[in-house]
Amino acid sequence: MDILLEPFQFEFFRNGVVVSLLVGALCGLIGVYIVLRGMSYIGHGLSHAIFGGAVVTYVMAWNFYVGAGLWGFLAALLINQTVRRTRISADAAIGVITTASFAIGVALISRYRHFTRSFDAALFGNILGVTTQDVLVVAAVTFVVALIIFFMYKQLLFTTFNAEVAQVYGVKTEWVDTLFSLALAAALIASMQILGVTLIAAALVIPAITARLLTDSFNRMVILSTMIGMMTNLIGMYLSYYIDVASGATIVLVQATVFALSLVLSLSQKRAARRLSHTHV
Amino acid sequence: MEPLLELRKVSFGYGAMPVLEDINLHLHRGQFAALVGPSGAGKTTLLKLILGTLQPIHGEIYTHGELLRNGRSPRVGYVPQLETVDWNFPVTVEQAVWMGQIGNKNIWPWMNAEERKQVRAMLERLDIANLALRHIRDLSGGQQQRVFLARALISKPDLLVLDEPTVGLDIQTAEMILVLLAELNRQGVTLLMTTHDLNAAAAHLPWVICLNQKVVAQGAPEDVFTEEVLSETYRGDMLVFRHNGMMFIQQRPHDHTYKDLVPEPVPGEVPLTH
Repeated sequence: MDILLEPFQFEFFRNGVVVSLLVGALCGLIGVYIVLRGMSYIGHGLSHAIFGGAVVTYVMAWNFYVGAGLWGFLAALLINQTVRRTRISADAAIGVITTASFAIGVALISRYRHFTRSFDAALFGNILGVTTQDVLVVAAVTFVVALIIFFMYKQLLFTTFNAEVAQVYGVKTEWVDTLFSLALAAALIASMQILGVTLIAAALVIPAITARLLTDSFNRMVILSTMIGMMTNLIGMYLSYYIDVASGATIVLVQATVFALSLVLSLSQKRAARRLSHTHV
Repeated sequence: MEPLLELRKVSFGYGAMPVLEDINLHLHRGQFAALVGPSGAGKTTLLKLILGTLQPIHGEIYTHGELLRNGRSPRVGYVPQLETVDWNFPVTVEQAVWMGQIGNKNIWPWMNAEERKQVRAMLERLDIANLALRHIRDLSGGQQQRVFLARALISKPDLLVLDEPTVGLDIQTAEMILVLLAELNRQGVTLLMTTHDLNAAAAHLPWVICLNQKVVAQGAPEDVFTEEVLSETYRGDMLVFRHNGMMFIQQRPHDHTYKDLVPEPVPGEVPLTH
């Protein structure tokens, strides 16, 4: 019990646990739609784009959350519109737009070398740097994104399943996509501090694909993915504290382990079912 | 009688390439019609114009006498080609049908009691109630088609539009689906479908529309499926024969058939039987 409670004497750990649980739920929830839309690469790309936005925000002396959020949202919107209005595929659009945005950040850093070190946390995640303001921002983003998904559940489900048919049934798919882009950009910014640009993609994708391995029901996948996100983030936080490894990396490694175990379980279940059906023939 | 759907001089193209020219069509309440024509004739494009996902370059589309304006969809139930469905998507039969109730006022992310009752009743109507909790991938082709028919019907549409509902199905299942559609039509559902299966259209449909960029002819199959009309529609040499009151359509083989190209084909082996 002491092992579980001991780290809570430190404020950074208390903040870190709250933020990691929220970020786990947020990434797990939004990751379901990312994975099912076949856009797993967008988390990776968009977080890099937001990094560019973060640097620009810093140079312009704007508020980080507002500036980087707006930048991320515009990048997501640009990707959506490029895919909708041209023959360019999603992965190519993500590749071009987000890498160009990341390059802006890198160019600015190399131009103004004196602030390079400040962006380590954004790149690799730093739980020690989580402030009370960060906790409040992450809580607000999680609450808003959860509300959006709750009240647009059916529209998001239908659009993700088949956007063209959903449009015929009266779903305003362009609005759904725009709102989803906004939610995704907000989720990425909220997660950046703890996971870092380089690791966010994994936190978005792994809980969702792990849940997909475990169920064939959409509702259950949403619940499972959210729970896996929270649970793995919490375990990752403890491990990070005790083995003194960066929080983002530890969380992703825990998630990868859970995914590997689920894969083995799923494969063995399939093999057992096949054996059973052969026995019955 | 005011038509349920009316297309007046509708034209559409992708870039400079015209796909549909000067289409005039009427569809009345209770009608069951099939669009037939070769690949690239504009059948799916015409469906998309009717569904409101594409806008005509020229001409107008009216539903119930009202102009179908940009962005507004008519009350249509749409059954897409089965090939376009993501079969690995994690939805059960019940959830897939529930999507058809998207227009309901229910704001909660789960089925309310009334919706569940309606979904169950629709599954009963299409004889798939026992599959409600199965994943859509774990069904036969005919059952999968019934699921998407149920999703379309549960929205209580004025018109049911089906894009090649028999494609990829074996002969028996395809026939079963066409009989089911006829039964729905008997219950008052107006249907418009596309098909490549001319023999099935001749046997099961009361009205056919031959399309190849323009409407070549329309009417009852026995009047429209003539060698002249079909040859013009398919731009090939089409043969129509009748046997036991049924109509069969076949394209005359090209000059170079298999026998001309391979005079001595490699034979198979008939296993010895006792």
